[in-house]
Amino acid sequence: MSDDTNARIKSEIESSDVVLFMKGTPQAPQCGFSMQVVQILNHLGVPYKAINVLADGAIREGIKAYSNWPTIPQLYVKNEFIGGCDIAKEMFQSGELVALFDKEGVPHAQSGKA
Amino acid sequence: MPMPAAEIERLIKSAIPDAQVELTALVDDDDHWAATVVSERFRGLSRVKQHQMVNAAFGDRLGGELHALQLTTRAP
Repeated sequence: MSDDTNARIKSEIESSDVVLFMKGTPQAPQCGFSMQVVQILNHLGVPYKAINVLADGAIREGIKAYSNWPTIPQLYVKNEFIGGCDIAKEMFQSGELVALFDKEGVPHAQSGKA
Repeated sequence: MPMPAAEIERLIKSAIPDAQVELTALVDDDDHWAATVVSERFRGLSRVKQHQMVNAAFGDRLGGELHALQLTTRAP
């Protein structure tokens, strides 16, 4: 991976509290796994930045090396790699994802209601 | 190019010797697997780190030869 791609990925990850690398856009996901993570984030009402890896081949390959993770989607919270679809789903179902957002001070639809 | 269950289990156990591996075919084509891997070595690690340990067992073969492996990992 080039230094330039590395720097671009790093700046994307730092540009928002919650960053999702996905195939397609939240409005039109191009893959069922990406769509599932979009649905979870939308359901929780978390603001996030989505990056369409299909629009950028360097990011698409680069993010796999950057995260040491072979697949897309990839979810980052506060610069920390959380996981792909399976982990996001498991953490959502167990309530760990909401707990993580609370701990990291990321606002969501249930903030302050618990 | 598919990968049979025995080979998947062998690779995981070569990387994580104490692993208990349970494989389920998602589609009956030797190409889409769900694996549950339980190992004492996962204790205290994040899910990402646990999955990375399993993924590392496959090296470059994951995503190519082995098309899809849906993972669940945990400590006993």
